[in-house]
Amino acid sequence: MTISTSSEFAIEINGLTKNYGDKFAVAGIDLTVSKGEIFALLGPNGAGKTTTVEILEGFRNLSSGEIKVLGFDPATKGEAGRSWRNKIGIVLQSTTDAADLTVQETVEHFSHYYKNPRDVDEVIDEVGLREKAKEFARNLSGGQRRRLDVALGIIGSPELLFLDEPTTGFDPEARRAFWDLLNKLRSEGTTIFLTTHYLDEAEALADRVGVIANGKIIEIAPPATLGNRANAPARITWLENGKIQEIESINPTAEVQKLMSRLSGEIPQLQIIRPNLEDIYLRMIGENR
Amino acid sequence: MKTLKLGLLRGRMEIKVFMRGRESVVFTLLFPVILLFIFGSVFKNTIAPGVTFSQYFVAGMIASGLVNTGFQQLAITIPMEREFGTLKRLRGRPISVSAYFIGKAYLITFLMILQTALLLGFGVALFGLEMPTSSSKWLTFTWLIVLGSACSTVLGIAFSVVPKSGRGASAVVSPIVIILQFFSGVFFVFSELPTWMQQFAAIFPLKWLTQGMRSVFLPESFATQEVAANWELGRTAIILVVWLIAGLFLAIKTFKWSEE
Repeated sequence: MTISTSSEFAIEINGLTKNYGDKFAVAGIDLTVSKGEIFALLGPNGAGKTTTVEILEGFRNLSSGEIKVLGFDPATKGEAGRSWRNKIGIVLQSTTDAADLTVQETVEHFSHYYKNPRDVDEVIDEVGLREKAKEFARNLSGGQRRRLDVALGIIGSPELLFLDEPTTGFDPEARRAFWDLLNKLRSEGTTIFLTTHYLDEAEALADRVGVIANGKIIEIAPPATLGNRANAPARITWLENGKIQEIESINPTAEVQKLMSRLSGEIPQLQIIRPNLEDIYLRMIGENR
Repeated sequence: MKTLKLGLLRGRMEIKVFMRGRESVVFTLLFPVILLFIFGSVFKNTIAPGVTFSQYFVAGMIASGLVNTGFQQLAITIPMEREFGTLKRLRGRPISVSAYFIGKAYLITFLMILQTALLLGFGVALFGLEMPTSSSKWLTFTWLIVLGSACSTVLGIAFSVVPKSGRGASAVVSPIVIILQFFSGVFFVFSELPTWMQQFAAIFPLKWLTQGMRSVFLPESFATQEVAANWELGRTAIILVVWLIAGLFLAIKTFKWSEE
């Protein structure tokens, strides 16, 4: 199978591998990401997330396979590579450099690299650093520092944005604000490829989730149906004979009907618990150890 | 065109960052000036008719200032930029590696002009350094500065792959520079050093730069006190050009964006 040249995909990956000696960090991945989609790559540490992302970003060479990012080979150097980079936004997993430049100066400086930069003040507002605009980058907290990284990732109005664990160190409020920002970017047509540890983040944002373990994709699906989640048994608990009773069932409605007739009326402390994304994910990862 | 524009933009940003860093200002820019005060004040003896050690030392210090602002500064800061991810982040942007180097060259040029002016100023005001009077000496001064700083810059970039980490870079680079200064006739009169030391120093550019600077700032009669009884300016130019070409080649061949 060869990669099509059509433009509906932002990312096309075919049989991607990356090995260091006989150790495969990426052991054969096939994946496409549509334009305008938010795709989340989930996986434990060392599963191959960052290696995959860094190959897509052009930071590492692949060992075998074929990739196209915005219809382009990320390993291309020179002028053509730079015009491609003009359309790409990258937020690396961690940058610890903190120059003696203020937030405002840093964002402003990087805006000059791009053909169509976003408005500097608007970007600072969007990542919630308005009050810190005059602060030196080295004086920012971890979460604020991360938001500056995000600002530098979106300053060039990218068509495709890579985010490697973007919200590490965010407080819950900042994370919500960040999700709003990503949804806004999506509504403007930006394609987003993110890796994350946070399952609630993947669930809240992603159109599709890919689970990766040992360098292989286990499954790709929308968060609601991942791991056959829609058909997975639900847990039903209630109070009876002074004890919490528990059953698992794929037909919870029928079970509740039975309970209603048996207990005649209100069922004390009734709960129906669907497996959340984390349960599904942990089960999938556990099966692939 | 875009590369030059971005390079100059980076250069202005680098100068701003440099001047805000207290350590970099003190250790890179002012340290040679501080040394000038210490050595110039302690060793006031006359080493030849009409030549004091202070004058001899200032000439050498101007030469080694080129090593401090170029080689030492770059060989220490580039590994740090590599370790802290500055370079990696830059690589993901629509900017060429040339623009990064132009920015560095801009910073180094600025620092060298500033440092040379400071050393000249204090040397003349306090330690009896005489400004050259003939245009031929000014010409020599100019090509020594241009070739010396170019050499120092490319060798600094080339050497930046040697330190294993950003944090350890200063421990690797600083001793090399200090030893080279001792061997090259900055802190002692070169002709009084052991022969093996002189021969070792003659491999590297600093010895030739200090000798060249002495030809500019010391009386013509002092030439006979040099090891070759001559300023050897032609040979100096050749050796600097060879190092420049070798350094440029190494810098381009070995430069890497990240540590992996």
